[in-house]
Amino acid sequence: MATATTSRPPTTQAREPVGGGTKGPSLGSRAGAYAGLLLLTVLFVSPLVFMLVTSFKTNFEAAQPTWIPKDPTTENYSLVLNASQTPVLRWFANSLLAAAGQALLIIVTASMAAYALARMEFPGKRLLTGLIIATIFVPPIVLLIPNYVIVANLGWLDSLTAVIVPGAAGAFGVFFLRQFFVSLPRELEEAARLDGANRWQIFYKVILPLSKPALATLALLSFLTNWNDFLWPLYVLFSPERLTLQPGLSTMQSAFTTDYATIMVGGVIASVPVLILFVIAQRFIIEGVSRSGLKG
Amino acid sequence: MTTTDLGGRAAPPAAGPGAGQLRRGRGRLGSGGAQGGGGLVPYLFLAPYLILFGLFVLAPSVYVIWISLHDWDFLLPGKPFVGLQNYLNLFKPGTVTSGPFWQAMTATGKFVLYSVPLLVAIPLAVAVMLNQKFPGRNFFRAAFFAPYVLGVAVIGILWRFLLDPNIGLVNHMLDRIGIDTNVPWTTQTPWVWAALVGPTVWWTLGFNTVIYLAGLQDIPKELYEAAKVDGASRWQQFRNVTLPGLRPVLVFVITITILASANVFGQPYLITQGRPGFETRSAIMYIGQEGLREFRMGNAAAMSFLLTLVLMLISVANFLVFRERRER
Repeated sequence: MATATTSRPPTTQAREPVGGGTKGPSLGSRAGAYAGLLLLTVLFVSPLVFMLVTSFKTNFEAAQPTWIPKDPTTENYSLVLNASQTPVLRWFANSLLAAAGQALLIIVTASMAAYALARMEFPGKRLLTGLIIATIFVPPIVLLIPNYVIVANLGWLDSLTAVIVPGAAGAFGVFFLRQFFVSLPRELEEAARLDGANRWQIFYKVILPLSKPALATLALLSFLTNWNDFLWPLYVLFSPERLTLQPGLSTMQSAFTTDYATIMVGGVIASVPVLILFVIAQRFIIEGVSRSGLKG
Repeated sequence: MTTTDLGGRAAPPAAGPGAGQLRRGRGRLGSGGAQGGGGLVPYLFLAPYLILFGLFVLAPSVYVIWISLHDWDFLLPGKPFVGLQNYLNLFKPGTVTSGPFWQAMTATGKFVLYSVPLLVAIPLAVAVMLNQKFPGRNFFRAAFFAPYVLGVAVIGILWRFLLDPNIGLVNHMLDRIGIDTNVPWTTQTPWVWAALVGPTVWWTLGFNTVIYLAGLQDIPKELYEAAKVDGASRWQQFRNVTLPGLRPVLVFVITITILASANVFGQPYLITQGRPGFETRSAIMYIGQEGLREFRMGNAAAMSFLLTLVLMLISVANFLVFRERRER
């Protein structure tokens, strides 16, 4: 890819003197493309900026299209953070706990299972691998009703357990890590085995350290997915203090109706952590998503 | 696939002198597995995940059918077996569920129809633009991808605000350029569809773009060079090199976009709330309402199973096309 991209501009430049007279769109079209991209960028970023700006407006001013608050205020933040009906700080903590908990659960269970599927021989392996991977194609909606009943029978309704555990059963993590483990060279494992290491030691001391980038990518994607999940927590959590942020935003919408400045505070609080994560780990996230594709 | 992988690696030297050694190496690997605890070890590694998988993926996949065959009211002790009645009701005009269900399916179909072409075409154009080396390339890619890292609830409340007919930013902007109407984005057709499709494009464009970019980088640059030598214009290069080279990725993007759009829930739940009437209530919104608010789970299970059959057919079609392309 590096060679391909670096070799491109010289070709265009080399062509310019020759074909410049007949068709010179390469420079012009590039400027056009730039203008288009810039316009698109403004379109893409401005709604987020407006959300942030509005959260510092009074609810009266929120009705006006001003981009700089005339009378900046943090009253919406203090209102939201102290409201018993919409305990946003509590939701934030719940979301953090749920997303981190589920990411950890996925990393632990999926890495162990993926290692067995990538490196061990046992009866039923092909069948099991096929079965697990096939469920990636099962639309999650079909599991909604039965999983609600199962979670209710486990006594997990209206608890964080309900938003941590069932979601960790998805096949994506196993699929993703198995692909990675299969690509690792076997020589290191063999050396460790000759030194007398058992399977667990090889997994823990050789495979996992070698897999840090893949584990980090999976942890990030799992965290984001759980943090942003809306449908499932909307139905399995009900008490105001048990909600996570996403269903909480729906509650805020009903509670504050057109007090948009107040509602936008919830939007900002739900966005900031993932946007920060995105800025820090942009590469991991974008490449993780484009490599796996299956996420959507 | 592990065995193919191993075989693949072992195959080239098999003809050479190193073959014997390599085979011995493989033998050691096998016996090593036995030393590490024998037959039980793989299952111990698998156990934690398989418990989750069995309980929350396999069991519910069967359980949903069981529930759909009963008059399953979550709040009532008796759940009488009704056979296929819940399904038949969905196909019999005039029953309590058939009208709303097909209205919701129609709404979902419309959303798919309006959103998928945009989500296939616009990201392709953006990806082609971004697939060149120029300063700021990664910045643009990140800017377009950014909304995708946000949850649908944030997208929902934000656009409910921006599209508010009276005080929303969008109508303010339209005012400013001289269109002096309070467009009823969130309450009336056809505007409601724009209010659902527009934010969805904004939200997920970056995802499809990134998939396309990965596909574009797999097209050999020599093909473009050859096309240029033949005097092909930019458009001709796109038609004759980019599009054919992108074909499998295109099929993939079309399919996952159809699936994602058919699963629409958060946008109509928060932006239009199904209005006007139940015009924009999606299939999943109705399933959630019927099953998890009214607790008539037998009906909801039957509906989700039908919806799933449709979605699975799309998935399978994609998989077949995709595999066929790969093998060639």
